[in-house]
Amino acid sequence: MDLIADHISHRFGGLDVLDRVSFTVASGEVVAIVGPSGCGKSTLLSILGGLLRPSEGRAELRGAPPDNSLNPLTFVFQDFALLPWCTVEANVAFPLVHTALDAAARQAVVDDALRRTGLSDFRGAYPKQLSGGMRQRVGIARALAVRPAILLMDEPLSALDSQTRELLMEDFVRLLADGAMGAVYVTHNLEEAVRLADRVVVLSRRPGRVREVVSIPMTRAERGGIDARGKLLTLQNQLWSLIREEAIDAEREVQNA
Amino acid sequence: MPSVRFKMLERAPSQDAQQDGSVARPVAFRGAGFMPGGGRASGWIALALAIALWQLAGSAGWVNPLFLPAPSAIAVAIYKLAVSGALWQHVSASVVRIGSGWLIGTMAGVIVGFAIGLSTLARGVGITFISALFPIPKIALLPLLILWLGIGEEPKIATIALGVFFSTAISVYSGVDAVPRNLIRMAQSFNVPFHAIVIRVIWPGALPSILAGFRITASVALLLVVSAEMIGAQFGIGAFVLQAGNLMQTDQLLAGVVILSLFGLAVGKAINVLEARLLHWR
Repeated sequence: MDLIADHISHRFGGLDVLDRVSFTVASGEVVAIVGPSGCGKSTLLSILGGLLRPSEGRAELRGAPPDNSLNPLTFVFQDFALLPWCTVEANVAFPLVHTALDAAARQAVVDDALRRTGLSDFRGAYPKQLSGGMRQRVGIARALAVRPAILLMDEPLSALDSQTRELLMEDFVRLLADGAMGAVYVTHNLEEAVRLADRVVVLSRRPGRVREVVSIPMTRAERGGIDARGKLLTLQNQLWSLIREEAIDAEREVQNA
Repeated sequence: MPSVRFKMLERAPSQDAQQDGSVARPVAFRGAGFMPGGGRASGWIALALAIALWQLAGSAGWVNPLFLPAPSAIAVAIYKLAVSGALWQHVSASVVRIGSGWLIGTMAGVIVGFAIGLSTLARGVGITFISALFPIPKIALLPLLILWLGIGEEPKIATIALGVFFSTAISVYSGVDAVPRNLIRMAQSFNVPFHAIVIRVIWPGALPSILAGFRITASVALLLVVSAEMIGAQFGIGAFVLQAGNLMQTDQLLAGVVILSLFGLAVGKAINVLEARLLHWR
């Protein structure tokens, strides 16, 4: 199943946020979206996921979702968006309660999602009892439970410390390894973008336009090796050179606001 | 031979003092205060002391018992009321009024509060009406309600229900507004139906505010039942307190006040238990 951004423009009041953004996320592909602060990355993701109606253009799905997918487009949120009154298990089960799955099938799905994210021993814990990294694992487990075709990840690691970020990035690499699931990965962290994405869409400063699409010419498995580090760093610098001037302008704009 | 930097890192504070002649002193602690504890013993001790002092003043004849009877006299009055059965007659009359009025006002307030929290139209209309009517002291409406509903229980219950309704509606829609939008968006992103979002996300998210509202409305109900019973009732704690005052039976008057206080405490405890059970996740 492909996800298509078709000439998406968006305005908040008189403020143009996105301007005719178009690209396609092919089945199983991971596309990162980077750009200076305020360029509309998260807005674009909300539009792609159907949480926001664009002013112009549209988000489209092409092809059938996988047979067992309960929610083909599934978000992983920056702030985890966990229900604080529910245990880890109940949070993971939350999107399944209103599906056609019977109780046994639902429990099996939840158990599998908890196992894949290393949360089996924490099923009875409440979000407030967990670290930031563990909370995001719950968010990921909840997303996996509905067997998405495409994950929509809005800066999923930005609220975490660097060590936890590294560990979760390894988890993402593992989860995306078989190519069964694609992803749109919004981030301001260029290292995350080159480590995880097959292609990186670089947006310009507001109103966000597609400035360049950079392909990462190696598999995710190859990127873990020491040999790849130099190449990834070069790509990261290439992306930064595309963004740097506009990032400075965007920062000054925020300061002057 | 170790480097200069290594030697500096190894140097102990006491050696510092020896080398430059100055004396090492501990950094002064400046982080005290602004963290009041939750000690309960001090409160009970203070209450016991106040009662003891009051009793002493009564027993020693420092105060006229007609104006301020001693705690022992009040306890005797409560005992006599209990033995005679009058206490239960008055308390049960008040409890029925408070219970009915609070329940009606709360149910209406929760429904209207949710409507205001979830619907643009209801918000526009509801907030206008609530803003206009909330400031009215509800007891002022009792004579009108007597005209409309007669002189039985209905106007008293309606007065309590009105008082409870407005505070409940406000606390409910404030609670709904306070539910983090990201949780609602999350539920929508999983295609969770509207009614399920209300039941599974908005209701539990608004519950802390709703229960805080219950605490306020319980006090409002108690205030209104006493006022309403003072205006027009034969039985009830308010009526009993008024009668005792008219007859200068201050021990009975204060017995009524103590019963009201105990009733308020019991309701507060019940809400504490409810909060502990329903909001254990906080």
